[in-house]
Parts: sequence; structure tokens; C-alpha cells
Amino acid sequence: MKLINRDTKVVVQGITGTQGKFHAARMKEYGTRVVAGVTPGRGSQDVDGTPVYDTVIEAKEKQGCDASIIFVPAGGALDASLEAMEAGMDPVVVITEGIPIRDTIELVARAKQLGTTVVGPNTPGLIKAGESKMGIMPNQVFKHGSVGIISRSGTLFYEIAAHVTNHGLGESTCVGLGGDPVVGLDYIELLKWFQKDPETKAVALIGEIGGDAEEKAADFIASGGFTKPLAAYIAGRAAVPGKRMGHAGAIIQGSTGTADSKMNALRGAGAKIGEQPVDVAKALKKALS
Amino acid sequence: MKLLEYEAKEVFRRYGIPLGASAVALTPEEAREAAATIAKPIVVKAQVGVGGRGKAGGIKPADTPAQAYDVAKQILGMKIKDLIVRKVLVEERLSIQHEVYLGVIVDRASRCYTILASSEGGMNIEEVAAKTPEKIVRHNVDPLRGLRSYNTNNVAKRLGYNGKKMQQLGDILLKLFRVAYEMDAELTEINPLVETTEGFIAADARLNVDNNALYRHKELEAKYLESFEGELTPREMEARAMDLTYVELNGDIGIIGNGAGLTMATLDTVMLYGGHAGNFLDLGGGANPDRIGKAVEFVLKDNRVKALFVNVLGGITRCDDTAKGIIEARKKLGDNKPIVVRMMGTNEEDGKRLLHGAGIETNDTMEEAAQKAVNLAKGA
Repeated sequence: MKLINRDTKVVVQGITGTQGKFHAARMKEYGTRVVAGVTPGRGSQDVDGTPVYDTVIEAKEKQGCDASIIFVPAGGALDASLEAMEAGMDPVVVITEGIPIRDTIELVARAKQLGTTVVGPNTPGLIKAGESKMGIMPNQVFKHGSVGIISRSGTLFYEIAAHVTNHGLGESTCVGLGGDPVVGLDYIELLKWFQKDPETKAVALIGEIGGDAEEKAADFIASGGFTKPLAAYIAGRAAVPGKRMGHAGAIIQGSTGTADSKMNALRGAGAKIGEQPVDVAKALKKALS
Repeated sequence: MKLLEYEAKEVFRRYGIPLGASAVALTPEEAREAAATIAKPIVVKAQVGVGGRGKAGGIKPADTPAQAYDVAKQILGMKIKDLIVRKVLVEERLSIQHEVYLGVIVDRASRCYTILASSEGGMNIEEVAAKTPEKIVRHNVDPLRGLRSYNTNNVAKRLGYNGKKMQQLGDILLKLFRVAYEMDAELTEINPLVETTEGFIAADARLNVDNNALYRHKELEAKYLESFEGELTPREMEARAMDLTYVELNGDIGIIGNGAGLTMATLDTVMLYGGHAGNFLDLGGGANPDRIGKAVEFVLKDNRVKALFVNVLGGITRCDDTAKGIIEARKKLGDNKPIVVRMMGTNEEDGKRLLHGAGIETNDTMEEAAQKAVNLAKGA
């Protein structure tokens, strides 16, 4: 699994669109090395000083980019992601929301075949606090520190990151998994990574109803795969079964995917469970002091 | 998007999945004609987008066209889980030797399509999975290689079929997978697939299409809103038509947030402080004042709602835009219900200034705001 640091050279696919342009600028402000943009048919232009190319291969030849962030609309996101992977970009961060699940299945399978790390789709992205971000999260919330964050949601992730920062802990690396039913990364892959990451002293896990990724993460922790302090918040206790709560993946189906099931599993594995978002920061502060 | 049985069967027919003779009827007369054309004993089935039709009396046999008329007359216009039956499917009655379950689902954990098959056809497959998981055969479809005939033959073998029957069942599975793949299904099922003396026939059909993929299936767009009848409440239908992400709940505190996770956490926090959310409304990313105003108006107009709690963490969504939307909606409706606002992030100061100018207080934390909303609803 490949994440990011201050040396990562980023290409922004879809940089000429409103979102691509806006967030390319915010990423540069944060310190990300945004070296190129790609929009087919719009090569030889520039966006706020960032050169735009027709293809990812051309961007790589001219600017040496090695990771891609994708703001391409849903209908073109599979193509853009495959192009990035086949040009050797790693990681590939797919911000796009609303990609058909069939496309995501193909995207994720191809990434596995090529050994590419895919973050998302429907993700706020990832950030190495104080160094680089490939994502849409607000810059001011994050401060370099010792807490790793893994989240399925966007704004709730910023909410909890702000509490972590305000409690004087700061963040190491934070990754948004994405709110779709099928995404490139799961909690376990990141817990393995955080276990080895010397900068990460503790982890905040932000989950929500739907699927059983949190339960699987709990099994992994219980089996000794992750031994650093961990605090979790699970959104959706007040949700009703059978209704999609905003995210395509946030749905209780039958008796699976409830917040209680996830909280119980994580509690059983020794994690601290926040009753409200701020409790996560409090628990980690206590664990690290 | 959930297709009705007859709509799913129209798709199945295009893909060559074996079906009994059938016709849709809107009136008892049409049902009589259909039965006469089929010229065999038939079943009349209510076409509504909810489960439990049989138990509710929405599926009835008939032996003659005259009986078909009578039965259709009983079923058309009846209510099944609040839905009025407007169409029936008149279908050839099958002589059942055995019933099988076949399905294609998206397996989130394996990140692929998965074939499910069981010899316990006609049952609720989730119950079978819970009680007798050994009776379910699974096959994960390799996304880059697809499904091959030997894969489906192996599934059929594991269900206990050999020779020609194995091939027939395997062939139906291949076709069902093509339906799932080409129609962008989240789920498609034949339950039951009936084994008759003449071979296998799909007696029921289920096809749920991925809403994100509807742009590839223009033919379904016209039926999109209608397909949520029964699944969504009237208010939810109204919200869907306005393109708002809204779920109706039982409480008296209206909730609007931006982002699914934060909005869910807002409901949970209100619950933690003893309140009851009346709805979930996620503004999504980058909503403008107009859209926010519409959302606020929509929730405030709900008679059950006694207080509104707006929780916005500004990123792409700007706090000043949120404030403008709230003020606009309030102007339109008059000062009728208390509003609690918590905002943080992009253009926070501007947003707060606007709200304070309009006499609306703000809170800095979600926890504080939630408590306040709960107290206001109780006092109202």
C-alpha cells in the first residue's frame, strides 16, 4: 500500500472543472506538490500556473508526477482511474461521487492486479498532516501530530480531526475510505499500515452503518494485528433499517450493518467507543498521556 | 431503483431466461382476456413494489377466464402495505416439482458480484443464510475475467444437478449474470426458479438497478420516481423529486447537515441528549443558498417538527451560504419555529454575522447545539 508524503508529485485529473480547479489551489496552499493537471482535449493550457496535459502519460513524461487525484464526473471516472493506474500513478485518489458500482468493481479489481493503491471512490481523500494532502478536506483543521485517522465519511472526519487537533494531539496520516459500498481500501489494510508507521501513536476509527467492515476490523484488532490505542465513533445509531442514510453504502440490510453490532465488536476488541464525536479525542488524549 | 415483477420479467425475457406465458392487466376485463389467450390455469399477481404480496392476498389462482375476472377484480384496487394495486400480472400456473433460488448480489467485502444459489427456493434467502448457511452455494465472479459456463456448471453441480439439468440451470445463471452486469443491478433474483416437467421456469423476478447507473438506462428514467412508491413515504417522495437526500423519522426535531456521516452523527447526538429526530437531511457537498433555503423550508413545513437543528461543517459548503439559505427560508415562512445553528469552517464568521443580524443564535459545538435543540423541542 502506498500513501503520500512531502515528495509525492501529484497530477490532478479533471483540473479544468470547478471542483478540480478549486481543490488544486487548496492542495497547493497546503504544500502538496501539484505538478500537472490532465483534461483530454485541454492540453497546453494552464490552470493557476499548473500545466495541463491531454493524457496522464504525457503529464508523467513532462512533469514526473507519480500519484493522481481524480475530480472527473462519474461517467468518466472509471476511464480516468484506469488511465492513471496504467500510467503508473500510485496512489490513485478518486474523489468522484456517484460512480456506478459496476465501474467501481472493475476499477478496484484492476488496481489489485496492478498493485496500485486506490483511495475512494466518494472519498474526501488522504492527508499527511503538515506535509501533503490529496483531497478536499479543509486545511486549517489538521496539525502535524501522532493520531492516525481512518474514516468512511467526510465532514464527520473533519469534525473528529478538529477535536483531535484541539486536544493538542494532532494527526499523522488520515485516510477517507469513501462512502460507497465498494471502495479500494478497508480498515484492516490501514490498521496494518498504522501499526508499522512510527509517527502514528494511536488511531481514530470513524465508521458508520452498513456492511461489516468495522466488525472485520474488530476481529483483526482482537487477533493482535493492531496493538496501539484505538478509539472509534460509529455514526447511525438513530438510523432506521432499510433506508439509505445519505451514503450509498450506509444502509442497514436485514440485521447486518447496525451501529450496535459495530460498536459491540470494536468494544470487544478493546477499543474505546465514543458516545459523541468529541469523546474520541478525549479517549485518545487519555491513552497517550 | 426497484423494478416491479413484470418489468423485471420483460428484461429477463430479452435475455432468454425461461418464463411462463403472461400478460399485464389494468382491469378485470383485461385479466379475463389474458387468461383466455393463455388458455391454461393461471395465477393473478398484484404488481406492487413491496414484499409480502402473497400473505396480503395479492396473489390468487384462477382456472377459467371468468374466475380470472373475479380474482382480478378483488386484487385491483386493494391496498398492500399502503400501496394501491393498479396492475396485475396474469401468468400461467406452473406445476411445481421443486423450487430453486438464484441471485446475483454485490459483495461489498469481496468487492465483486457474487452468485448465490440454493436448493431452498421460495424461502427468504436471508433466513436460509442465517439458519442453514450450508444450503447456499456462493461463487464470486472475477471482475476482470467474468463468469464462464464451467463456473455456473459447478454451481449447478453443488446444488445437486447433473447432466442436461446442470447445463440448463447453468445457462440460466449465465443469463441472470448478464442481466445483472448489463443492467447495472445491485441485486437480481429468481425466487423461485421452478423445476417443472418441461424444464426450469422463473416464477418470480427481482431486479434492483443501481441509481448511480441510471444514465446508462434511459428507458428506466420515466419510471424512476414511481419506483419508490411503497419504499418511500409521501414526504420522502416529495424530497426525492426536489433532489434532496431525506429520510423521514418519527421525532420532532428537524435535522439538516452536510455530509452523510456528520448528519447521522447529528441524529445520534440529539438522541443521546434525549431528543428524537424527525428526519435526516444531508445537503451534500457545495450546496448554494437557494438549495439550502429549499431544504430548510421543506423541513420547517413538516407539522411534526417543533425545532430545527442545522449542523454545517464548512468545506465545499460555505457557512455564509448556509446562513443566507436559512434566513431566506425563514423570511418566506415567517418566524414560526425555533432554529439552532452550529457552523464551523469556510466563511464561518460571515455566516454567524448574517445569522446574528437576523436574530438567530449560533453554537460552536455540536454537543451544545444538540442539547439546545432538545430543550427547545420539549418546551415548544
